[in-house]
Amino acid sequence: MIPFVLRRLVQAIPTLFLVVTLSFFLIRLAPGGPFDLERPLAPAAMETLRRVYGLDQPLVVQYGRYLAALLRGDLGPSFSVRDLSVAELLARGLPVSMTLGALALVLALGLGVALGGLAAARRGGILDHAVMTLGTLGLTVPGFVVAPLLQIAFGLALGWLPVGGWEGGDPRHLVLPVITLALPQVAVIARLTRAALIEGAGLPHRRTLRALGLPPRVIALHALRGAALPVVSYLGPAAAGLLTGSVVVETVFGLPGVGRYFVDGALNRDYTLVMGTVVLIGVFVIVLNLLVDLATAAIDPRVRQAA
Amino acid sequence: MTTAATPPAGAFARLRRDPAAVSSLAVLLLVALACLVGPLLTGHAYDRIYYDYPRTPPSWRAYPEPGTLGPALDRLALRMRVRAEDVSVTPEAVRLTLAADRPVDERVLGFLARSDLFGPARVLARSPDGRRLSVEAPVRRLRFLLGTDALGRDLLTRTLVAGRVSLALGLLATAVALGLGVAYGAVAGTLGGAVDAAMMRVVDILYALPFVFFVIMLVVFFGRHLGLIFLAVGAVEWLDMARIVRGEAMAIRRRDYVLAAEALGAGTPAILRRHVVPNALGPVIAFAALLVPRVILLESFLSFLGLGVQEPMTSWGVLIADGARAIESSAWMLAVPAAFLVVTLVALNLFGDRLRDALDPREA
Repeated sequence: MIPFVLRRLVQAIPTLFLVVTLSFFLIRLAPGGPFDLERPLAPAAMETLRRVYGLDQPLVVQYGRYLAALLRGDLGPSFSVRDLSVAELLARGLPVSMTLGALALVLALGLGVALGGLAAARRGGILDHAVMTLGTLGLTVPGFVVAPLLQIAFGLALGWLPVGGWEGGDPRHLVLPVITLALPQVAVIARLTRAALIEGAGLPHRRTLRALGLPPRVIALHALRGAALPVVSYLGPAAAGLLTGSVVVETVFGLPGVGRYFVDGALNRDYTLVMGTVVLIGVFVIVLNLLVDLATAAIDPRVRQAA
Repeated sequence: MTTAATPPAGAFARLRRDPAAVSSLAVLLLVALACLVGPLLTGHAYDRIYYDYPRTPPSWRAYPEPGTLGPALDRLALRMRVRAEDVSVTPEAVRLTLAADRPVDERVLGFLARSDLFGPARVLARSPDGRRLSVEAPVRRLRFLLGTDALGRDLLTRTLVAGRVSLALGLLATAVALGLGVAYGAVAGTLGGAVDAAMMRVVDILYALPFVFFVIMLVVFFGRHLGLIFLAVGAVEWLDMARIVRGEAMAIRRRDYVLAAEALGAGTPAILRRHVVPNALGPVIAFAALLVPRVILLESFLSFLGLGVQEPMTSWGVLIADGARAIESSAWMLAVPAAFLVVTLVALNLFGDRLRDALDPREA
């Protein structure tokens, strides 16, 4: 177990290095700069700013400096938000994004497995068709269409929930963003659960359980355990989908999360903020994939043996 | 059957018998045709701004409505520095007399033609002192079947033109991903060994990158140049394709006919061209069909964030973003482009699913 984790962490180093290098040169070589305003700055002021932030050095030197700072855990100052370091900004945005993502994941898992289980139990029935249709729609209707519709329905027409804002994580402000974020994942998880349950229905161990006369509840538990594998393997891509969705959701609902910071940073050429976000997300994705692999191994003995 | 049907032929036969595949393909062709030809038939240019008709709701009615002409003429007369007298309005034309204390300059008639309400005016009579000018101007009748946007541009025309952009970009990026992925995967799978291991390690590393964030950075990097953006999207989306083709190539590589070709002296490039790529095409086509909606969605996503297509050019994502901002007052601005996008995506996904099933006889 521990050697496996260590090996994977070592393998993550080139990936992370590539992420940092690629994004550094992409954002640096992009046209425009962090101090471009509607009215251009006086050349002398621009020169001073560039010197203060070290932008007057050759790009390779800046890259070396950034890597050295990164190894010390220093993400640098933000270019667009004065007096705040990137680390401070991310420390503010991370709880927002994490809360949204975690809640959406829990909702997607709970609802997705429940719907998929129902559909499999009533295979070919109306409920099954309804769940599958809902699944197709949940996958194809993009979040940036769902979000305004939810805002209209629950925010404006019914007036039950606020249409945006964070307000320190007030639960009422979380409902619509979390639903928007979870919807496509609910669709996928429901489909996966349904397919796995139906496929598992013909397996010998299930026949044995039925032949032994065990109650349906116990059989269902065994069936769900078998169906857990594809769902758990999907958690990696699901998290990636939540990351993507968070960019839209945070924009539409005006939430101060990491996805928003990234888009604003890219638009304003806030070099260090963009880099900091990418590093954070890169680490997050790597750790998450590792956790998913460990969970898969814990569930499925065959994977354990292969590893 | 004495001779086995070649896989594509069998697949097309299966596809033709599948009502879901046929109807989704019909919907797609309809959308594509509408986007291609429609903008020529609506009678509006996609970037023509009708200042008199911002946020007009969808309707079959022709504008202007009769009651609005009188007040509009008064406003125009004020700008022409004349008085509008003896106004008579028919559905086709208005007649009126322009009166002033000084002789009326005929050039002020340009105000009528320049408004969105009237066509070029014709002088009927002029009083001897030139202070009274009788004119007739045709009423310009306009229809906005799906309403107009916040600036008064016809939404149907804009949505169809946007569809051209979205569909074209979807196909372009898919083609790029297809080319890159097939070439890379086929080479890796055919060569095998250390080369394959190294090439697939690169794919693994790229796989672990936070994908959307890279697309956003590529878009920023390319400075919103449309073609380049979609080269970038295609360049990111080829990874799955490469994996699929590699798997196929490795299986094909071990077949007897490939070994026979090798024994006959065919080199690796010839084997790639003659055997590997053609035989791997089935799953690749199916995957490509499912890639198109993903790319269209991605484009809409970027445009929605303000990173994609720029004004006055438009795409479904841009229109949906505009609509989402105006949703309280003019819900059709969101509903129209969103409906087009969702219908297209559902049809593409459905067709891709059916195509995949048809190309894979084991499933059928």
